[in-house]
Amino acid sequence: MAAIDWASILTWILMISGSFFVLVGGIGVLRMPDLYTRVHSASVTEILGPFLVLAGLIVQSGVSLTSGKLLAIMLFLMLTSPTGAYALTNAAQLSGLRPRGARPLNVDEFKDQESKPS
Amino acid sequence: MRQLVLFACLAATWLLWSGIYTPLLLGLGLASCTLVVLISQRMGFFSGDVFSLHILHRLPRYWLWLSWQLIKSNLDVTRIVLSPHMPVRPRLVTLDARPLSPVGIAIFGNSITLTPGTVTLAIDGNQVLVHCLTTETARSLADGELKRHIEQLMRGVSISTTGPATD
Repeated sequence: MAAIDWASILTWILMISGSFFVLVGGIGVLRMPDLYTRVHSASVTEILGPFLVLAGLIVQSGVSLTSGKLLAIMLFLMLTSPTGAYALTNAAQLSGLRPRGARPLNVDEFKDQESKPS
Repeated sequence: MRQLVLFACLAATWLLWSGIYTPLLLGLGLASCTLVVLISQRMGFFSGDVFSLHILHRLPRYWLWLSWQLIKSNLDVTRIVLSPHMPVRPRLVTLDARPLSPVGIAIFGNSITLTPGTVTLAIDGNQVLVHCLTTETARSLADGELKRHIEQLMRGVSISTTGPATD
């Protein structure tokens, strides 16, 4: 082991921190009080986690077509995961599930912002 | 015309992505590209100003800014999840997306949901109902910084207003 493989070290750091955020998202899903707050936590699993893991893989594959495909996966993830989350929360909202403990923002707190309970 | 552009893009993507040029796979590619164009046609994708490439060159800057926001809010939510008391204080905010076109509202809602700590619950015309994890996230959203960035992004795109919001 004469030469230090910096690319691999960077990949290790990126992928482990990515896994950390996936884990945190999972813990959050278990700890959060209701569906809506759980979706918030799940989005950590959906965004930063895969992002870091894919970044680690891109470092491994260098400048190549594979990297381009991995970047495309990132892009698709950023477009599709909010769509899924929206479908989930919108369905819950339409079926009448009230967000637990959620207060609407006070009007006097934000004068320009009108707010109403759903 | 737009159908042809979309078809060309899809075909190029397929050829580049698959990298295997056997009759079977080329046939499958042809079939799926045609199917996508037909479905897009049925969705009314080509009528009106739904699909615009004019914002393409401004997109990287927006993505860069959004990525920074995403990292910050991801860390915020991580801190909340890992703290022993879990300081969750959910808030509902109704945002007015008034100057934005339908595409702008779609980007708006998508960006809100993408950011951990804020989730779009419903879009009703120009009103966007958002569920926020904490008061701080609700406050930063009510500031309207995100909306300003999207206005910047969509500037110059002819707005076909009050199209029926398709869910």
